[in-house]
Amino acid sequence: MRISWSNTSHPASDGQPIGVRPNGVFWLIGLFLLVILPTLNVLPGEDSWLYVSDFTLNRFGKFLAFAILALGLDLIWGYTGILSLGQGVFFGIGAYCIGMHLMLTIGSESVYGSALPDFMVWNQVKELPVFWAPFHSFLAAVGLGILLPMLSAWIFGLLAFRSRIKGVYFAIITQAVALSAWLVFNRNETNLGGTNGLTDFKQLLGFRLSEPGTQRMLYVVTVLALGGAYFLCRWIIQSRTGKVLLAIRDSEQRVLFSGYSPANYKVFVFVVSAGLAGLAGLLYVPQVGIITPGQIGVLPSLEMVIWVAVGGRGTLVGAIIGAISVNFGRSLLTNYFPELWPFFLGGLFIAVVLLFPDGLVGLMRYMKPDAIRSLLVKAPRAQDEARP
Amino acid sequence: MALSRVRTGIVALIFAVGLCQSFSVQATDLDTVNFSSVASATELEDMRARVARLAGEDAAVQQQALRALVEVGDVATLDRLEQVLENADRATRVAVKPIKTLLKNKLSLTSNDEAVRRAAASDLGASGQAVAVPWLEAAAAREPQYWVRYAMEESAALLSLVGEDPVARAAAARTLGELKSQNALPALKELAQQLSGGAGALNANNLVRSAVTTAIERIEVWSVWAGVFETLFRAVSLSSILLIMSLGLAIVFGLMGVINMAHGELMMVGAYATFMTQELFRAYLPPSIFDAYFLASLPIAFLVAGAFGLFLEATVIRFLYGHPLETMLATWGVSLVLIQLARVLFGDLTAVTAPAWLRGGAQMLAGVYLPYNRLFIIVLSIVCVVGIYTVLFCSNLGLRVRAVTQNRNMSACLGIPTRTVDAYTFAFGSGLAGLAGCALTLVGNVEPGLGQNYIVDSFMVVVTGGVGKLAGTIVAALGIGSLNKFLEPSFGAVYGKVLILGLVLLFLQLRPSGLFAVKGRHAD
Repeated sequence: MRISWSNTSHPASDGQPIGVRPNGVFWLIGLFLLVILPTLNVLPGEDSWLYVSDFTLNRFGKFLAFAILALGLDLIWGYTGILSLGQGVFFGIGAYCIGMHLMLTIGSESVYGSALPDFMVWNQVKELPVFWAPFHSFLAAVGLGILLPMLSAWIFGLLAFRSRIKGVYFAIITQAVALSAWLVFNRNETNLGGTNGLTDFKQLLGFRLSEPGTQRMLYVVTVLALGGAYFLCRWIIQSRTGKVLLAIRDSEQRVLFSGYSPANYKVFVFVVSAGLAGLAGLLYVPQVGIITPGQIGVLPSLEMVIWVAVGGRGTLVGAIIGAISVNFGRSLLTNYFPELWPFFLGGLFIAVVLLFPDGLVGLMRYMKPDAIRSLLVKAPRAQDEARP
Repeated sequence: MALSRVRTGIVALIFAVGLCQSFSVQATDLDTVNFSSVASATELEDMRARVARLAGEDAAVQQQALRALVEVGDVATLDRLEQVLENADRATRVAVKPIKTLLKNKLSLTSNDEAVRRAAASDLGASGQAVAVPWLEAAAAREPQYWVRYAMEESAALLSLVGEDPVARAAAARTLGELKSQNALPALKELAQQLSGGAGALNANNLVRSAVTTAIERIEVWSVWAGVFETLFRAVSLSSILLIMSLGLAIVFGLMGVINMAHGELMMVGAYATFMTQELFRAYLPPSIFDAYFLASLPIAFLVAGAFGLFLEATVIRFLYGHPLETMLATWGVSLVLIQLARVLFGDLTAVTAPAWLRGGAQMLAGVYLPYNRLFIIVLSIVCVVGIYTVLFCSNLGLRVRAVTQNRNMSACLGIPTRTVDAYTFAFGSGLAGLAGCALTLVGNVEPGLGQNYIVDSFMVVVTGGVGKLAGTIVAALGIGSLNKFLEPSFGAVYGKVLILGLVLLFLQLRPSGLFAVKGRHAD
């Protein structure tokens, strides 16, 4: 199958905005994810070969939530050229927001029968900390889950981009943020569940989370959210702003000299990506049923980058494909060969960067005879003066 | 045969009973015993006689014999005791144990090993047996080593502090105050409380009370200073660890604009090289030179990690020049592979036994103790800095490295093989990581995740320090390390780290490319 949303022969890193016009394939995939998968989960009998199990559907729901995050990361890294190694933090803020709401809805169903979450009972916390109070409301939890990441990204972005921290510097600083966030979320006195995180959820808006029907609904919501995120990103990229973003990636100084303020554009795109990461966290937690600091630290944040790289950065579809395929491979490998997964992931990092800089999407585009030949010919050396 | 065994058992039993009695009354009536009556010339004979008398029927005779035993106790006495105890039951052994310890410590006071003498002195101080005071005083009088003498005087004063004579107690409190003894603080405080509370058992004595109060004050003032000094030392120690880890990183970053995310894993390689050296020494070389393994492992760790670096440069980094972000990702992949490889090859946790000459520490001041391993790391980091400056400013390679760092294209035009310089520099930086790993084995376990512990901190050091000047890295390492240690007491380790991140972020507002950024056209 050849994906044909773009006929340009340039690889993505040459600065061509590609993948902006959804074509037949895109709608087919959308139809498959939104209608066919859930239908196959409901209609055929459990022994039919067409049957999609609840587990598989749930797993796909998780992957698609990650895909939303990957879209945001692609926007900032693939299109604007800013490598953020702290995307897991924004994901984590969103995830903890909905997690706190879910903890509060457990109510008297908890192990200790207390209105307080179980871990607070263990930790001898007598009354609910003040900052938990807003999360009684579902709407507030969702709103904060998206707005808090955006707010923190705005503050951090202002500090970082106004003072022209970029490239490697920005990557390192965001990684330090991820490390700090991980440390703080691990503490017990922050009243966020410590190392064990938040788990043991029972219901969402009155629907039991253990019911397949609820999970199916969450899946459909995730697909719709992914679609919405896709169109939002597409709209941004096609707009004038999107062109400036690409220009910043290719030559920030020229953008600056042309009278634009790269900092403002960067803050904007950083905030959008943080919001998408928060949204992904919101959708992830009810489907997976647990959120721990281990899912938002340094390594998870780096893995998120590799989803985008594997799929093909600079293409929105690539980000989605990457998030789904890497996570699919992960759940297969960790199931059958757990000790091989780090080798595989490490190899993926190296291979993607060295051999397939345009990811799977780029690889598909290369699937022409003459392109394969050119792949075998040694690539020209990068220019020396391309230092940061 | 059977009869003799029964007899020994009885002897041991009586002995034990006698001991218990003697020690329960010792604190009160020991002063009345005239120790000087023991003649040194006939010591051995006397002792034999006393041991024999232990088996006697009269309880008073037994006690006398025991006290004399403790007094003249030497190696022979201990041997005798061992012999008597050979066939004794458990209860007897337990009962005799304190007296054995006391005797052993008394003997150790004259040992040739100063560590043994010192340990014996502090053991006696903690034992609460006032009988030991004259021994300690005698030993202190002929002790040449300052800190051993310190321990002896401290122990003697501690023991006389709980005695009867108020003059002696006041003098002991004064001595402790002069010695600034941290160990005595709890005892002094308790005593002060008892005296002020006017507890019936103790005669509230003004002399003792004022002496104790003064002593507590002196010790507390001193302990504040000792605390400051200790924090300072810890700060320097952490800074030197950060520095030694960041040096290699900084050189590579300065030259190629690349952050090597596998730097931590190159340190791990160095640590495992140290571990392997140790195992090889243990297996194939005589034990007498085992302690030299650590010296041997320094160059080995450097070379092994350097070889890894050279390989990494040739297979991965070389193809990514000009793409610093991609290099970061690829090297992170390398680090994942290396960690898992180490886990598969070596298992989860191993440790290096520090050589004897790096164990223990030096006592600088009362209450301030500097471990040798930390001192070694500080010295090693200084040696590394000096070595790097020598390489950079006194060698041909260094000249080229500096040229390429300043202007790559111009250097290439002038005929400097920039690729070769890159490769060698990368290998050199990796070798420094290996040295850092070797040093880290002194302060922690050797495990696959070793490199991850401080690596983000050292990235921060490099970023704060800026490109192109090593001075920036040194200052940044000192700054971040010290901030860490000075913030830790009041904010806790975690929030201290978060605060430092905030400070670094604010600092970068003022100087976006680090402390000592190179100014000029190519600075962007």
